[in-house]
Amino acid sequence: MSKGLPEARTDTAMSELVPEPRPKPAVPMKPVSINSNLLGYIGIDTIIEQMRKKTMKTGFDFNIMVVGQSGLGKSTLVNTLFKSQVSRKASSWNREEKIPKTVEIKAIGHVIEEGGVKMKLTVIDTPGFGDQINNENCWEPIEKYINEQYEKFLKEEVNIARKKRIPDTRVHCCLYFISPTGHSLRPLDLEFMKHLSKVVNIIPVIAKADTMTLEEKSEFKQRVRKELEVNGIEFYPQKEFDEDLEDKTENDKIRQESMPFAVVGSDKEYQVNGKRVLGRKTPWGIIEVENLHHCEFALLRDFVIRTHLQDLKEVTHNIHYETYRAKRLNDNGGLPPGEGLLGTVLPPVPATPCPTAE
Amino acid sequence: MAAFDEVRQLKKDHPRSLTMCGHVGFESLPDQLVDRSIQQGFCFNILCVGETGIGKSTLINTLFNTNFEELESSHFCPCVRLRAQTYELQESNVRLKLTVVNTVGFGDQINKEESYQPIIDYIDDQFEAYLQEELKIKRTLFNYHDSRIHVCLYFIAPTGHSLRTLDLITMKSLDSKVNIIPLIAKADTISKSELQKFKMKLMSELVINGVQIYQFPTDDETTAKINGAMNGHLPFAVVGSMDEVQVGNKMVKARQYPWGIVQVENENHCDFVKLREMLICTNMEDLREQTHARHYELYRRCKLEEMGFADVGPENKPLSMLAPGLQETYEAKRHEFYGERQRKEEEMKQMFVQRVKEKEAILKEAERELQAKFEHLKRIHQEERMKLEEKRRILEEESIAFSKKKATCDLFQSQSFMAEGSSIKKDRDRKNFNFM
Repeated sequence: MSKGLPEARTDTAMSELVPEPRPKPAVPMKPVSINSNLLGYIGIDTIIEQMRKKTMKTGFDFNIMVVGQSGLGKSTLVNTLFKSQVSRKASSWNREEKIPKTVEIKAIGHVIEEGGVKMKLTVIDTPGFGDQINNENCWEPIEKYINEQYEKFLKEEVNIARKKRIPDTRVHCCLYFISPTGHSLRPLDLEFMKHLSKVVNIIPVIAKADTMTLEEKSEFKQRVRKELEVNGIEFYPQKEFDEDLEDKTENDKIRQESMPFAVVGSDKEYQVNGKRVLGRKTPWGIIEVENLHHCEFALLRDFVIRTHLQDLKEVTHNIHYETYRAKRLNDNGGLPPGEGLLGTVLPPVPATPCPTAE
Repeated sequence: MAAFDEVRQLKKDHPRSLTMCGHVGFESLPDQLVDRSIQQGFCFNILCVGETGIGKSTLINTLFNTNFEELESSHFCPCVRLRAQTYELQESNVRLKLTVVNTVGFGDQINKEESYQPIIDYIDDQFEAYLQEELKIKRTLFNYHDSRIHVCLYFIAPTGHSLRTLDLITMKSLDSKVNIIPLIAKADTISKSELQKFKMKLMSELVINGVQIYQFPTDDETTAKINGAMNGHLPFAVVGSMDEVQVGNKMVKARQYPWGIVQVENENHCDFVKLREMLICTNMEDLREQTHARHYELYRRCKLEEMGFADVGPENKPLSMLAPGLQETYEAKRHEFYGERQRKEEEMKQMFVQRVKEKEAILKEAERELQAKFEHLKRIHQEERMKLEEKRRILEEESIAFSKKKATCDLFQSQSFMAEGSSIKKDRDRKNFNFM
């Protein structure tokens, strides 16, 4: 299919049915690799520093959503992750508040700063998920919210006069809390993850992991992994987006061994061996949140924040958002056609009888 | 309850600052971003505009300390062409895709009216390519090889007087499309005092004519001072050379004259070091950002408005390209397009029908002719046949007559023979008798 829109057809030759191809812009030749070492230092690598300075000035956005039944420790975990009172815990709600009838979406934004890096963190809570008697379609409000954020971004992007920096409210990461039954995933879990793994990065997390012993934990994890695989649920980091061998090996290790992370959250500090650590005090001992022998919170934190934060944002932008955009534009009949643009977007031309005279 | 909701609303609108009581670790975020960019590699595109032989290629070689293969161009090109070449450079772990676009034949023609148009067309084409990619349904922007021009080095000839008209016109038409850094080329032909005056004259001319050249950014504290100082040194007087000459006990890049040696990297001799510093070490990222955020957005806005879109429609209602079926312009254009297409279809149909008719007529004509011929031939054939029949009849009659005659003749003969026979016999007998 020809690339440009057919230009004004002259009445001369009927045989010239193939429209004139739009003259291609002068494209640079194939890159010539200069094998020789640069004779001396130029300073190209200072671009790293320039880029870093720029990004630090503009700051970062990060939107994380937590989904799970009430009482699984979502707010506590988020508070532990970001070491501050990010969410208000359900237990401190006014007693007169009832459990919401449908799933609500609550987004609260905070600005945190560390080491000169400013981050606008938004935590999106979903009270009411899985709490009703009939939980059918309780993922729909969540899916709707996520798509609304994509829609907002798309509207801004499509504007003629765009903002310099489009505010990013898209959900970068969704932590799904699995109840530590020790058996297997619940049907609600499977349904939710099936629907949402295509629109957002899902990181499954086993909540309140201190209710399981080490063997139970590893068995449960294996079973959960198996079930997710059998049901075709691709959680983050998705296999298909591994770019090179290095990524693949690293992510394979995480996918097959550590995930889903079995976590314990706490915002209370206790004294252990002379140090103050975050933990949970029980009659039989203190569970240290950041101790890798006790639970995998530190792994989760490092994974989400220290190594894969940027990647989460990129996968959301380059893949989930692009999928949404493509679908949206296709449903709309494509962006309006213009001269020379979007020739590929037009609805298929109905077959006209091809003149076979001569 | 109401107060509670209000507080919550407030929280939504004004995100409050939190202090953390421990190390979280997201300060590695810029590093993660940088690692990503390193993996992808960087793109940088330089456009060099200047007359043939003014030293563009030499300067680029000197800037990047490499001998890019550039053949000398001739002075006899009929029009200005742009030649782009891409190189992959690597320094420590940074990979840079450098594209150098040269103008071939700029300023060489006798009539220079069309000189700057190819340059503008090229720049617009790169923007267009990016815009098309951005508007596609299935797009791959993160893998896209960005070919938009990030900086234009404009080489001014070192006349010592003022800007040439061609320079002025070209720069004026380019200043809203690309970051321009004006340079005085072959600066070793001007003495220091003349240089000062020349620079001032050039800058004042640019200002008077409203040409917006690229200003080095002064909003970041670390670079504000040096950038501000550099802004005062524009245009940079540069000398380029890849030849090395011994000065003292070092080999430096320089140009050797009988009266002395002009060292490229000596700040007293020329501003090359300043240019390299500004272009590469300090502001490369800013140049890229300005190209994307200012020049490209401007182009995009103009292009989309040209196509008939607007963000705000009549009665100030916000329009969106996405609103299905609401936007009047969209519908109108669509109708127009489909109407046009219908019309063309009709036209084609008509033409087709016409042709078919014509062909049919021709064929019918031929058929008729053939028919006529056939009839004619048939008639002739009939006639011949009749003639032949006639002849045959005659022949038959004749043969019958002949046979009849023969019959009668025979009969007659036999009769006479018999009569004669007997008489002959008699005669014979008589003869015989007589004989005997």
